[in-house]
Amino acid sequence: MAITLSGDQAIPAPPLTSRLTTAQVWGIVLLTPYLLVFLAFVVYPVCYGLWLARAPSNYVALWNDPIFGRAAVNTLIFLVIGINIKMLIALFLSGFFAQQRTWIKWLSVIFILPWAVPSIPTILSVRFMLNPEWGMINHYIFAFTGDDGPNWLNDPTVALTMAIGVHIWKSLPFWTMILITGRLAIAQDLFEAAEVDGANWWQKFRFITWPSMQTLYVTCTLLSMIWTLGDFNSVYLLTGGGPADLTHVLSTLGIRYLRLDQLSLAMASIVCAMPFVLPLVYFMMKRLSR
Amino acid sequence: MKLPSLRDVATEARLLLIGIPVFLWTMIPIYHMFLFAISPKEDAFSGKLWPDHPTLHNFEIVFKQQHYFLRDFYVQFWNSTVIAAAVGALTLFIATAAAFSISRLKVPGGRVVLNLALFTYFIPAAFLAVPMYRTMGNYGLLNNRWALILAMVTIASPYAIWVLKQASDKLPVELDEAAVMDGATTLQIFRLVYLPLMMPSLVAIGTYAVLLAWNEYLYAFLLLSNDQDITLPVALGNFLAADDSPWELLMTTGFIYALPPAAVYYAFRRYMVGGLTAGAVKS
Repeated sequence: MAITLSGDQAIPAPPLTSRLTTAQVWGIVLLTPYLLVFLAFVVYPVCYGLWLARAPSNYVALWNDPIFGRAAVNTLIFLVIGINIKMLIALFLSGFFAQQRTWIKWLSVIFILPWAVPSIPTILSVRFMLNPEWGMINHYIFAFTGDDGPNWLNDPTVALTMAIGVHIWKSLPFWTMILITGRLAIAQDLFEAAEVDGANWWQKFRFITWPSMQTLYVTCTLLSMIWTLGDFNSVYLLTGGGPADLTHVLSTLGIRYLRLDQLSLAMASIVCAMPFVLPLVYFMMKRLSR
Repeated sequence: MKLPSLRDVATEARLLLIGIPVFLWTMIPIYHMFLFAISPKEDAFSGKLWPDHPTLHNFEIVFKQQHYFLRDFYVQFWNSTVIAAAVGALTLFIATAAAFSISRLKVPGGRVVLNLALFTYFIPAAFLAVPMYRTMGNYGLLNNRWALILAMVTIASPYAIWVLKQASDKLPVELDEAAVMDGATTLQIFRLVYLPLMMPSLVAIGTYAVLLAWNEYLYAFLLLSNDQDITLPVALGNFLAADDSPWELLMTTGFIYALPPAAVYYAFRRYMVGGLTAGAVKS
């Protein structure tokens, strides 16, 4: 029965007819729970949200709100600079962790910790370390130099950098792990052959490692960019969007509008991000649903 | 025994030069949290790397709920547990049924549903949070734990379906055919053939959903607000409401909150690495 049907998988559901087999009826029954969840908690909210954001006046209001412009720029910095730095470090560390050493094996177990523990307590821990009066970091700056350390989270540039740092701390292990699997999939005899030919490490990387990993690397970078758009915790729990609402990113800005009871502005700010998100999503779907 | 050559020593030194900073970078925020948890208030604020008088007193305060911010600690811990367990169970049920339907029964339109699910997976969760909050209000579910459970199931299911569908596709189709020959009904195939073979992936997906729900902050703080209803991460965030927050207690509670997911992660790491990273990015 599975064979006779395998041809229509690409065709959308035909109208229900009496020709349905038992297996198909069961298929529909088993798919129903997810369809209900999807309709009630994805389709309805999205349509409702778009309807709320329909008035052009919302976009005028957003355009005139300096916080929105700042948040858009911050988001771009976060994605373009933050993610690329993260992925380059992950690529580098994947080479390190692919080395066969007992102590590196143990280090890799510890290295996963930031990914395995929830982000709230660790971000708050970093937040206190950066406290200008009581924090560990300024304590040691004072102990070694006799000067007061900077007021870390009070300077928007430094605060945003720290938020990016927290994001990297949290998600670096995950991407490193994925890139390690990519590296381990490369046939070892290629490296042995290169060794015989006297290739140095850069040539090995340039002509063996990179060509076999570039697709994975680009996919990971794009995926990480999409997900980072939704990274609310790193910014919200570290800086709260401050000082003076200068470190917001789009995800925290939406919640800020929501708390100010400006729901249509919150939705409009998300709609503004769609022209950037949807092409990335389309590209990823093409990649993954081959 | 042969002495290591100069070249070996140099390689090892270079590796250590990477390994030590990686270790420090990873451990400092976690150690800082642990340090606060075992420090009396005076030591915690003095910037010492090890307290003069390490103590478990902070844990005692938390477990006896002896502070204003901690008066509902057990209720909140229980809320987190129930919600995580419910999200795990519901996600497993919904995703397994959907994956079986799409992959094994080849239900018409299955491909479309899979693509829709995948699309949802790529929409950043923080963007869906705003309309989701309003929707839950319309459904009358705000401040009800079902709001958070259903929201997390919505977020966890797409990835779960996708990973389970990939895993089901690898099971040979002859198994189903043989079972049909023997007169098995669809439900029997599901229960007796499909579920046992899918066990490793199911463990991975169940763990994924449980951890996702346990760790969730944004949705929890939007959808739940009464002290009796909130989950632990929201309670941790509420510590920041006061200017003179008891940071040593905040870090202690955070440490307790971080232990179960870390333990679960390491216990199921074998499944997680195989089941999830392979699915996360198909190169």
